Amino acid sequence: MRSRRLTGYWLMLPAALWLAIFFVIPFYSLLATSLYDPQGSVLTGYDVTYHFHNFVHVLQDFWGPLWRSLWYAAVATAICLVVGYLLAYAIAFKAGRWRNFLLVLVIAPFFTSFLIRTLSWKLILADDGFVVNSLQFLHILGSDGRLLATPVAVIAGLVYNFLPFMVLPLYASLEKIDHRLIEAAGDLYASPARGFLKVTFPLSVPGAVAGTLLTFIPAAGDYINAQLLGSPNQRMAGNVIQQLFTDTGDYASAGALSVILMAIIVILVMMYIRVAGTEDLV
Amino acid sequence: MSGLRRVRRFIGDHVVLAGGILVLAYMFLPIAIVMLMSFNDNSHSRNVYAFRGFTWNNWTGVCKPDGMCQSVLLSIEIGALATVVATILGTLAAFALVRHEFRGRSIMNTVIFLPMASPEIVMGSSLLALFVASGFGGRLGFVTILIAHVMFCLSFVIVTVKARLSGLDQNLEQAAMDLYASESVTFWRVTFPLVLPGIAAAAMLSFSLSFDDFIITNLNAGQRLTFPMFVWGANQRGVPMQVNVIGTVMFLISLLIVVGNMMATRKKPA
Repeated sequence: MRSRRLTGYWLMLPAALWLAIFFVIPFYSLLATSLYDPQGSVLTGYDVTYHFHNFVHVLQDFWGPLWRSLWYAAVATAICLVVGYLLAYAIAFKAGRWRNFLLVLVIAPFFTSFLIRTLSWKLILADDGFVVNSLQFLHILGSDGRLLATPVAVIAGLVYNFLPFMVLPLYASLEKIDHRLIEAAGDLYASPARGFLKVTFPLSVPGAVAGTLLTFIPAAGDYINAQLLGSPNQRMAGNVIQQLFTDTGDYASAGALSVILMAIIVILVMMYIRVAGTEDLV
Repeated sequence: MSGLRRVRRFIGDHVVLAGGILVLAYMFLPIAIVMLMSFNDNSHSRNVYAFRGFTWNNWTGVCKPDGMCQSVLLSIEIGALATVVATILGTLAAFALVRHEFRGRSIMNTVIFLPMASPEIVMGSSLLALFVASGFGGRLGFVTILIAHVMFCLSFVIVTVKARLSGLDQNLEQAAMDLYASESVTFWRVTFPLVLPGIAAAAMLSFSLSFDDFIITNLNAGQRLTFPMFVWGANQRGVPMQVNVIGTVMFLISLLIVVGNMMATRKKPA
């Protein structure tokens, strides 16, 4: 049925145009915005004056939030990898006929709103709540210690919100593993731990790479967790960009910060893919 | 196998499973809290982060908080429209990518992945930059939200329908043609019904993505208030308990659809 060249074009055209106009071209607009003369305003209009100083000034002012975005996202991704691996492994190898049911449970949190779920963490981690009280009782937290408005709460929120993005690709690659390979390792006198390290884990690397990317990228751009669970001391790049755009109206700086965030993420992702050695992700 | 080894095996197996279940419990904890809080009676207290007593009032008076139900309706309206547009365009594109050769096909295959791999804050601010640069800065609202939602739903629709389409047994279509079905009859009687579950899944996915989006929407909404934006704004004044009712209802409806779907597919072996 691979026929008639033109049909393919016509079928592709509407979606391609939509993505070109509203996804690809906007990146040029963003780049132009980042070079605006900062003197302009939404009402009087902006001029692209190749004002590269925007970048310098944004880095000087906001390197804290920028650094925090990458740092929080990296920690959250690492925790997601460990916790998500445990869950994906349990579903793929130990769940038997409950597999599909457990998979539905993994995506079920998506059924309620992201914001509502994050707000409910605010309640769980609240100052006189169960979690804080137990940690204080165990002397892990001081008697006036708290979790809200600390990096711990923000990272916990990120882990919670992006965990399914880690579990699903991990599960997909664990599920494909031929069980006979693991049995073969056992027959050749490998201990279960060694069998896991030499057989199961290497075969699940593509899933781990996909999962870490799907977790890290949205986590680095997120500002909902920092806003709802953190304090101004936990502001991430997303908070600043949002604030500059919608409250301050400083489009030039907001654009420059967006460009920087995107550039850093693209570079990190490319380096990561090169090191992890899986080019065939897509 | 020695007894000791068997014991260790048993513990190993069950530790992993228990760990997995603990992780699932962690994922469900916030939802349980949302459900619980939908019955919270906080009429005598301004503290919205503690359970004060049981009441049905949040459920019977869902629309009491100013503007909340309007925002839910707006989100449903935008979600429905964005879903229709994204599903139609995305399905056509999926057919093009799986069934037709054309120049630029591999580039398109890459381009559709990029929106799923870009941080929302960057996509949202790029789109805002475009709207402002093209003079729509003062006219942000329904249309700009819709445009944004179709944009980020498209990739998910294309990928979902593509997966279904490329897993399709083309022999079935060949068989129909061998039995003298015309090309269009083959399409509507064989191909389309077989792809339909993929299209339905894509539509549901894009509705839930649209309904739940905050970051991109917040930048491009102007004065319009979608439900996630209402929750965001309400957070600064103290969230009304009725928000939890909406959260619970959303959860139950989605669960019903997914479980119903699982039951339906289990009955007839594919």
